[in-house]
Amino acid sequence: MFTKYKLLFLLPGLLVLMAIILFPLGFTIRVSFSSWDVIQPGLDWIGGNNYARMIADSRFWEALQRLSFISVASVLAQYVLGFSLALMVWNQVRMKRFIRVLFLIPMMTTPVIMSVIWRTVFHESLGPANDLMNLIGIGPVAWLSTETMALVSVLIVEIWQWTPFMFLLLLAGLLSLPKEPFLAAAIDGAGPIRTFFNVTFPMMSAISVGAIIIRLIEASKIMDTVYVLTSGGPGSATETSSYYIYIRGLRDFQIGYSAALSITYLVIMIIALTVIAKVLSRLVTEK
Amino acid sequence: MKKTTLSLAVTSAILFSSSAMADYSRFGVENDIPGTCSFTEMDKKDYSGTTLNIITHAVPVIGEPTALHAQQFEDLTGAKVNVVHVPFGDLFQRIMIPFQTKQNAYDVLFYGSLWSGDFQKFLAEVPESYRNSSGMADVTRNYIDVATWEDRMIQYPVDGDRHYLKYRLDIFNDASAQAKFMEETGRALTIPETWEEYNEVAAVFSGWDWDGDGNPNYGSAEVVARDNLMFSAFISRVAPYAKHPDVKGGFFFDLETMEPQVNNPGWVKGLELFVDAKKTWAPGGSNYGLGDEIFSFGGGETLMSYSWDDAFIQAMQADSPIRNKVAAAPLPGAGQVWNRDTGSWDTFETPNRAPYITWGWTAAVSEMSKNKDAAFDYLCFFSNETNTQSDLQIGRFGVNPYRTAHFEKSLWVDEMGWDEAVADSYIDTLSGMDTNTNRVFDLRVPGVGQFMTSMATGVAAAIAGQKTAQEAMDGVAAEWEQIVDRIGKDRVREAYSVVVALEDNER
Repeated sequence: MFTKYKLLFLLPGLLVLMAIILFPLGFTIRVSFSSWDVIQPGLDWIGGNNYARMIADSRFWEALQRLSFISVASVLAQYVLGFSLALMVWNQVRMKRFIRVLFLIPMMTTPVIMSVIWRTVFHESLGPANDLMNLIGIGPVAWLSTETMALVSVLIVEIWQWTPFMFLLLLAGLLSLPKEPFLAAAIDGAGPIRTFFNVTFPMMSAISVGAIIIRLIEASKIMDTVYVLTSGGPGSATETSSYYIYIRGLRDFQIGYSAALSITYLVIMIIALTVIAKVLSRLVTEK
Repeated sequence: MKKTTLSLAVTSAILFSSSAMADYSRFGVENDIPGTCSFTEMDKKDYSGTTLNIITHAVPVIGEPTALHAQQFEDLTGAKVNVVHVPFGDLFQRIMIPFQTKQNAYDVLFYGSLWSGDFQKFLAEVPESYRNSSGMADVTRNYIDVATWEDRMIQYPVDGDRHYLKYRLDIFNDASAQAKFMEETGRALTIPETWEEYNEVAAVFSGWDWDGDGNPNYGSAEVVARDNLMFSAFISRVAPYAKHPDVKGGFFFDLETMEPQVNNPGWVKGLELFVDAKKTWAPGGSNYGLGDEIFSFGGGETLMSYSWDDAFIQAMQADSPIRNKVAAAPLPGAGQVWNRDTGSWDTFETPNRAPYITWGWTAAVSEMSKNKDAAFDYLCFFSNETNTQSDLQIGRFGVNPYRTAHFEKSLWVDEMGWDEAVADSYIDTLSGMDTNTNRVFDLRVPGVGQFMTSMATGVAAAIAGQKTAQEAMDGVAAEWEQIVDRIGKDRVREAYSVVVALEDNER
């Protein structure tokens, strides 16, 4: 009786959970088995037709591969840069507080607004990026109109915007480290590089894994930067999964098909990120 | 009796005089032009207790005049008007979802007229009293056609859009520029009559400082960004090669078989020339959206451009460095046109022109609206003679000429300070499109978004060098067949027949 009474307290939370997570998820799964589009509104039943179509949709799979590259490359770069900046601020440097706030500005700005500003920066005849290139003797760069450079431009914006997040988490980790191992290393005569690889880095591995996983989850949803900066172009050189799903769902109004793409994308992401998290955790544990 | 008559006459005179002299200066209106839905007429209406919900585009393009005239309508009639502004990318689904789920979310809708094939069954017919209104009587044929679905007028004309050529008159008239062009091409510099000529002129004037401002200039600015209205630019380029004046029954599809025509040699030729024009674009020009194109031509960077009115109006603004140095002309044509009936190219001595009456802003009242009278009155007021004349003069409003009165030279010369030559070229070009019998209209069929996305993706792949023109358009045709199969061949054909009837001048 007492147990049942206690369970009642869980009910409000469970109801909220169902309303905001389970119902939309269940509804999306149901929609993915329908042909809901501009002609056929509502939930008819077409079995797995949308999923069969998706398997043959090379544009979706190419977008997924591109997304994987953008996510992994940008998060790795953010990690290396974020860690470097955190180490710099963690050690005694002048104007430490000012620099900390300065580093956080990109993260606090709205991605869409920043993408608009970056698009102006990368404007090939009027933007300052090419003025800078000219100053240092490199000719104008086709930032957004060649496939490789468009991809690089998206990576630059992603790295610029989200490195501060990495920095913040890793700095918090560094500040929480105990002092004794560093004292011991100093007594043993370890230099800064050895101390970093043998003391700092191993002790930071758990928080590093957490930060990388959080960022990978976020990076895998990249949409606004691509939308504003390149619209997926040139051709489809920067089209990511979420942008492709957006086009199919909201531009083409293929609600059923885009639901199937979304569910597939969600499943792939859950599996991939779970595997990555397990592998990274195992590496940390072995250390 | 005499006294009574006199007193009635005086009272009438006072009433008449107060009505005629009504002061609307608080709305910025100096002279209220008489008409069915003038300020004076709306002032007589009482919609107290009525709430109108309006969905429109984001500010400023069409969104700003929607809000401005909503506020005026509220003040005049006592109605409460809620205006929801939505970015273009979201507008379709924000209108469609309430329609599909049978929610009476909006009374009045502003949207792109290319979606009328999707929306038409949810829209209320414009009542006869409005079809006979003073403002409607003056709307040109093109925009009555665009607003009409079969025999029903389901949209209220509020804007007139078309693609046309804009060029730098000062450079075309410059002797040294003419000499340079002659030296490089062996022919005189003329306004391009075909797209081949357009590319040729653009190529000669690319990459050097022809206006002497110290910065390099370029030949052409075009809307090329894949998901930023590029499909419209592409249709403008393709139309004269694939829209044969003697071939009836469809430009996008063969109406009889519903076989896509987008990979026929005419379309492929148009794409090849589009790709060829890359060398005439400013750095980054292959990523230009509409805003970039407006800025590039309107800012004096490029010699020529073609799209909606905006770049021209930008160039003619009072603070523009190229004010009165630009002119308008019909879109270039084609010397050879693909004839799909005979499966061969036909040669035209006078280049074939196929004006693209590209989609523009339109407005409609939802069939589910419970306030249709107020909703139609709002649209009639929005587009009354006074408001339209004022809105036309504000470039950012996105309202372009669509009435005969808008082609009166005095409006542009006296009111807006344009040179006569500029005004003449503008008026002749725009009004000339109304009389052409080889017009191309948008593919206003259910699922038009899917067709246009597919086309833009194929064209973008060709421009990026990922596919040849033929491969790209073959891919588009294959995808169009799948879309037709999904939506239903008969359903698409039924809607497309309405478009073809316009193109074949059967209405």
